[in-house]
Amino acid sequence: MADEQPDFEGFSCPLPIARYGQVLLAHGGGGKLTHELIEKLILPEFRNPGLEQMHDGAMLTIGAERLAFSTDSYVVHPLFFPGGDIGELAVNGTVNDLAMCGARPLFLSSALIIEEGLPVDDLWRIVHSMREAARSAGVMLVTGDTKVVDRGKGDGVFVTTSGIGIIPPGVDINPRHARPGDAILINGPIAQHGIAIMSVREGLQFSTAIESDTVALHGLVEGMLAVAPGIHVLRDPTRGGVASTLNEIAGQAGVGMTIHETRIPVDEEVRGACELLGFDPLYVANEGKVIAIVAREDAEPVLAAMRAHPLGTRAAVIGEVTAESPGVVTMRSSIGSTRIVDMLSGEQLPRIC
Amino acid sequence: MKFVDEYRDHEIVQNLLQAIHAETTRPWTIMEICGGQTHAIVRHGLDTLLPSDLTLVHGPGCPVCVTPLALIDKAVAIASLPDVIFASFGDMLRVPGSERDLLSVKAGGGDIRVVYSPLDAVALARRNPGKRVVFFAVGFETTAPANAMAVLQAERESLGNFTVLSAHVLVPPAIAALLSSPANRVQGFLAAGHVCAVMGYEEYIPLAERFRVPIVVTGFEPVDILQGIRMTVQQLEHGRFEVENQYARIVRREGNPAARNAIDRVFRVIDRQWRGIGTIPLSGYGLRPEFRRFDADEQFAVQHILTREPEICIAGSVLQGLRKPHECEAFGLQCTPEHPLGAPMVSSEGSCAAYFRYSRTHHG
Repeated sequence: MADEQPDFEGFSCPLPIARYGQVLLAHGGGGKLTHELIEKLILPEFRNPGLEQMHDGAMLTIGAERLAFSTDSYVVHPLFFPGGDIGELAVNGTVNDLAMCGARPLFLSSALIIEEGLPVDDLWRIVHSMREAARSAGVMLVTGDTKVVDRGKGDGVFVTTSGIGIIPPGVDINPRHARPGDAILINGPIAQHGIAIMSVREGLQFSTAIESDTVALHGLVEGMLAVAPGIHVLRDPTRGGVASTLNEIAGQAGVGMTIHETRIPVDEEVRGACELLGFDPLYVANEGKVIAIVAREDAEPVLAAMRAHPLGTRAAVIGEVTAESPGVVTMRSSIGSTRIVDMLSGEQLPRIC
Repeated sequence: MKFVDEYRDHEIVQNLLQAIHAETTRPWTIMEICGGQTHAIVRHGLDTLLPSDLTLVHGPGCPVCVTPLALIDKAVAIASLPDVIFASFGDMLRVPGSERDLLSVKAGGGDIRVVYSPLDAVALARRNPGKRVVFFAVGFETTAPANAMAVLQAERESLGNFTVLSAHVLVPPAIAALLSSPANRVQGFLAAGHVCAVMGYEEYIPLAERFRVPIVVTGFEPVDILQGIRMTVQQLEHGRFEVENQYARIVRREGNPAARNAIDRVFRVIDRQWRGIGTIPLSGYGLRPEFRRFDADEQFAVQHILTREPEICIAGSVLQGLRKPHECEAFGLQCTPEHPLGAPMVSSEGSCAAYFRYSRTHHG
C-alpha cells in the first residue's frame, strides 16, 4: 500500500454548474431554487408595490375597501390521495392564501387544464369535491375556464384557482411586521399532507393511516383576529414546510427566530414515516396549518382562541422572534444543543400540491 | 417514538457528555468515517457540546462524494440515450459531472427515475421490456447486498434489459489509505454501524493493530455517537487500540452471513478510483465475470469527457479530515447546495452540506 499512496491533495471538483440552462423540477419545490427563479427572473419584470409585498396574496386598496387577491396552481400527483384530492386542495389552498392576508374570502375563479383521456368520472369527482370545499368555506366560484391538451401533454388535470377577499378594518398582516419578542404559534401537528402524498407515490407505497390535513383555515383565522386584531404575521407553511416559511419571514422582517424541537407538534406516525424516509418534518408540506406571529402579550389569547376552534385543538407556541442573527432560524434540540434550520434546498419530493 | 426517543434522551445525553468531559485529559482527534454520522453530529449539534480538546474530523464515508467523475460522466451519457431508463437514488442526480448533472439530463428529456430500492429498478425493467433499464449502484458495503439481490433477481427472471453501473466502495481500504497518508492526524475511528451490520468487524482488527488506533463500531443516534466517542476516548486515554462494538444491538462480529453471501456471489473486489483521491487498491466492488451481461460498464461503450477541476474546492482535504468545510473560501459563497462546486455539498451525507445546513453561524 505504501508505494501506491493515494493522492488526497489532488481532490478537487469538476466545473461548477452555476446556472441551470433549463428549468428543473426543483425550481418548483418552494425552496431556494424557487426563490431564485422568482427573485431573479420574474420579480424584476413586474416590479410593483402589490407584488413586492411578497405575501401569500396581494393586498390592494380600491376606494374604501382593502382587498386581498391571490392565485395558485395545483399539479399534485396523484390526483386522489388519503384525506383529499386536487379539487379540494385547489379551493382550500387559495382560500387559505386569502386568509393569510387576514381577509374574508368571497369569490374564486377556477381554470382546469385537462389531459385527453382523463376518465370523466374522475373529473366529476374532482369538480364535485371543489363544489363541496367552496360550499363549506362559504366562497362562491364565479368564473372559470376549461382547456383540454393532448394525451401525454398534461398529467390528468391541473387546476388553477384565484380568489378575492375583503380585509376587515384594523387588520394589517405583513411578514415584515415580525418583531423581536414576538411569539410564534402553530395550530397543530405538522407534515401530514406531504407524508400522505408520499405514502401513495409509485415506488414508495407504504401502509399508513396518515391523511392530508387539507382544510380551509379562514374560520380559525377569524377567531384569532377577533381576540387580537393586531396579529403581525400569518402564513401557511405549504411547500418547503415550517422551516422554509419561517426562513422567508425571518428574511423579510430582518429578524432572527428560535424554535424549540420539543414544542413542535408532530404525530407519532408522521415522525415514524419521516425517520423511515429520511425526511425532516420541518420541511414537509402542510395544507391545513397556519403559523401566526403575534406580540408577546397577544400570545395567550390567540393560543386560547386557536385551541377553542376545531382546527386548533393542538395549537402550540413553538418559538419566539429574536433580535440576534437577522434572517436566521435556529432550533433548540431535544438534547439541548442549538442548530440552524435552513430553508429547503431543492425539493424533498416534487409535485406535492 | 420507540427505538428512537431513548437514543435522543436529554438526560442520557447530558450524562454521557459529563463523562466525556471528565475523562478527556489531552487533545484527541477522532474521525467518524460515515457521512450519516457526520450529519447526525452536526444536525444535533453534538460537536458544539464536546470538550474543546476533542476534535471530530469527518471522513470520506459519503459514497456520493467519492464516486469518480468518470463514472458520473458515464452515467450522464447512458441516461441521455433514448432507449434507456436510468434509475438512481435521488442524491446522485445533483452531483455535477464534467458538463451536466443527471437533473439536467432529466430536464432535457432523459428518462431518469428516482428509486428507493434496486428491486424497484428490476420492476421497471420487467414492466418496460422495450427499454434498457440501468441502475446506478452507489454505496458502501451497506447497499451492496440489495444491489446484489437485484442482479440475482434479474438473472432469475432472465431479464435481458437490466444492468447496474457499479460504483461501490469499501470502508476498510479507505481507513488503511487514510492512516498511511503522511498528513494523517486521526488517532481514533468511529466505524460505520450500518456497514458493519452487513460485513461484521473482523476486518478492522488487523487495521487497529497495524496502525495502533482504536476503532469503535458506532450507531447513528446522538446517544450512540456519544457512547462511541466515549469508548474511543477511554481507549486513547489508556493507550489501548482495539476494535470495540458500541452498536451491539445491531452489529454482530461476523456481520450478516446471508447478505455477505449475496455480495460474494455477484461482486468481486476490484481496485477503485475515488473521486479526486485516486485509485485505492482493492477498495471497490465490480460485477463478477459471470454476471457480465448485467454490467452497464461493459454493456454501454460510452466515451466520456475529462475536464479540469476548479482549484478553489478543497473537497479532497475535507474528505481526508485535514480541513473543515467552512475553511473553504468558496463555502456558502460560490458553493451552496443549490450550486455545488463539489460533491460533499450535494449529498445528504456530504460534510459540506451538513455544515451548510445546520451550522453556518457557528463556523462562519
